[in-house]
Amino acid sequence: MLQIKDLVVSVEGKTILQGVNLEVSPGEVHAVMGPNGSGKSTLANIIAGKEGYEVVSGSIHYQGKNLLDMDVEDRAREGIFMGFQYPVEIPGVSMNNFMRTAIDEIRKYRGEKPLSAKEFLALMNKKKKLVGLKESLAGRAVNEGFSGGEKKKNEIFQMALLEPVLAILDETDSGLDIDALKIVANGVNALKTKNTSTIVITHYQRLLDYIVPDRVHVLSDGQIIKSGNKELALELEEKGYGWLE
Amino acid sequence: MSNSHHSPHTLSAALAERFTDNRKVINDKDPVFVEKLRARAIELFRQQGLPGSHLERWRNTDITQSLDASYYHELKRNTEKINIDEIFQCKVDNFETFLVSQLNGWFAHQDHLLRELDNGVIVGSLREAFRQYPGLIKKHYGTYAPPEDHGLTALNTAFAQDGVFIYVPDSLEVKIPIQMVSLVRTSNPVLLFPRNLVVMEKNSSLTMVHCDDSIEKETSFSGSVSEFFLDEGARLDYYKLQNKDDHSAVVNSSYFHQEAGSALSTHTISLNGGILRNETRVTLNGENARADVLGLYLMDRSQHVDNYVFMDHASPNCYSNEQFKGILDDRAKAVFNGHILVRKDAQSTEAFQSNKNIQLTDEARVVTQPFLEIYADDVKCSHGATVGQLDPLAMFYLRSRGICHRNARMLMMYAFAAEMVNQISIHALKEQIDHMVVKRLKGELSICDQCVLHCKDERQVSFEIDMNKV
Ligand SMILES: Nc1ncnc2c1ncn2[C@@H]1O[C@H](COP(=O)(O)OP(=O)(O)O)[C@@H](O)[C@H]1O
Ligand SMILES: [Mg+2]
Repeated sequence: MLQIKDLVVSVEGKTILQGVNLEVSPGEVHAVMGPNGSGKSTLANIIAGKEGYEVVSGSIHYQGKNLLDMDVEDRAREGIFMGFQYPVEIPGVSMNNFMRTAIDEIRKYRGEKPLSAKEFLALMNKKKKLVGLKESLAGRAVNEGFSGGEKKKNEIFQMALLEPVLAILDETDSGLDIDALKIVANGVNALKTKNTSTIVITHYQRLLDYIVPDRVHVLSDGQIIKSGNKELALELEEKGYGWLE
Repeated sequence: MSNSHHSPHTLSAALAERFTDNRKVINDKDPVFVEKLRARAIELFRQQGLPGSHLERWRNTDITQSLDASYYHELKRNTEKINIDEIFQCKVDNFETFLVSQLNGWFAHQDHLLRELDNGVIVGSLREAFRQYPGLIKKHYGTYAPPEDHGLTALNTAFAQDGVFIYVPDSLEVKIPIQMVSLVRTSNPVLLFPRNLVVMEKNSSLTMVHCDDSIEKETSFSGSVSEFFLDEGARLDYYKLQNKDDHSAVVNSSYFHQEAGSALSTHTISLNGGILRNETRVTLNGENARADVLGLYLMDRSQHVDNYVFMDHASPNCYSNEQFKGILDDRAKAVFNGHILVRKDAQSTEAFQSNKNIQLTDEARVVTQPFLEIYADDVKCSHGATVGQLDPLAMFYLRSRGICHRNARMLMMYAFAAEMVNQISIHALKEQIDHMVVKRLKGELSICDQCVLHCKDERQVSFEIDMNKV
């Protein structure tokens, strides 16, 4: 599904990713862990298509296509979803309008017929329940005045609505209490199929109690310095990152 | 805008001369007080000339290049039988209005120039009111818009021959909004000086919708002056919609005089126009008067919009709120000048002002200048101005959910404008303006043959984005 080869990325002349290799197959859950500033968000942003980064060398292929050639919106329409570490507040744009527009465009891109207002509302309600998003939040402006936890739930809500093929969750668990964490994890698990994949970027092992990863990678200073199975996460929790360096 | 580049001085002299040459025709059978006011006004105009960039208040908007002494000026009512309903239709679903139209500055309903309705409301031609209600007119006319204010108000006062007059009696709540449509239809470049007067007695209330429109794409210059008198407790909601073509220049000077406990709200929605200058002068002349002066402008190409607000807190305990927002594309230019004057005795004043702009291109320009002049000490006052681009992070967020660049931009611009549209309190009008704003942002709003509120041959546009709340 996703092949990242020798990826070197710089921002404003500073090299951040220094040759990342990562391969994710359909149905897999990968966890990317690592200390602050190691380049986790950069990796997620590059996959989602955020501007301002320079790909110095290397490649990313998604479903056989050169991802780096695709526009941000086309990546989303092809099934990529990033849960933002810092979801953006957009005053005046209602969640309803936002998601309605997104779903309409994605469906159009895929040659599916648009949802009626009724179908759309039903879908919104179903997914709201799934992630336990408060009824009132959907009528509000995107993330405006949302608490930290609500913002993160809102990311999962959007993911649930858009049903991505590849989801990258950038520290969606940070700042969540254990109940919210369970909701996030349940959301991820509920959407899991044998054709979809998830990359979970996290600081803590505790999320991995609820989302069981197939592979765990440690990113440090822009390189994946160790990969392993889920036991690696436990080891990291115990010993920290120090022993790896 | 005009082809010839003349000196403002020569132009002013030529305009004054035009008045002198036509003095008889212009005065026709007007009462003596009108004639006297004209004489005073033309004298003031001779001294001041057209307002130009030499005046601080007009520094960023040069109107002297937008008119020419050779412009055609309809000094007599065109007596050719016209059926205004034929050349112009205006309809908003679920929105019934009492329509009064002006064509080239003249009151257009020739069969009933001035009507006194059963409820005591008088509505019709100002010129006719000069003759039928001289006492009432004399009390107000030229009082709130003194010709001393600026050269163009002086010039309007000299030349003005017609326009709309509305009188609302004591404690009457006018249920149906009065819709004023100012149409320009000509085959030559034309000059007009429409003049309107609205008198509201104590505790009366009125809603007005004022549309400035062009019918044919012909060059025009309109220097209109409107006077509004709100006696104690009167309430006026005034909506002004501007959808003029790029060859037009409009200077609208509106003077509102408010007595104690009166409430004014104005919404100026500028969607198109070559040069638009909206002057709003409000005098809060009695305690507990309140004025909300709001505006939204969406300009592109080389359109120019200038909103000037002068808020005069002349009494204690009054409240004013100015809020203007605009989006500028291409080489468009927006000017905002907000002058708040809090006089010495106007204690417990609350005065707020805000002007926010989105500048979509490097060539678009915004000039925004607050000017606070405060002589009282117990004053709550705030002002703020911003000029910014669309937030790139928000754009990325929207696009990362599959929304294309164009629609992401649209959503953000719409959201920006919606804050103003949402403050329109008539539901049907709000829906219609919302619809027009969407069309405008999508570049689909044309200056059609119809009023700003409705285009006859037009289907309901289908949106790629469904902006309606689901
Ligand atoms: N836009 C940027 N400009 C400059 N430096 C950046 C930018 N984005 C990230 N960095 C730097 O790149 C490094 C990796 O950041 P990031 O990917 O956010 O790490 P992580 O998500 O692992 O905490 C940090 O040193 C950070 O300061
Ligand atoms: Mg990060």
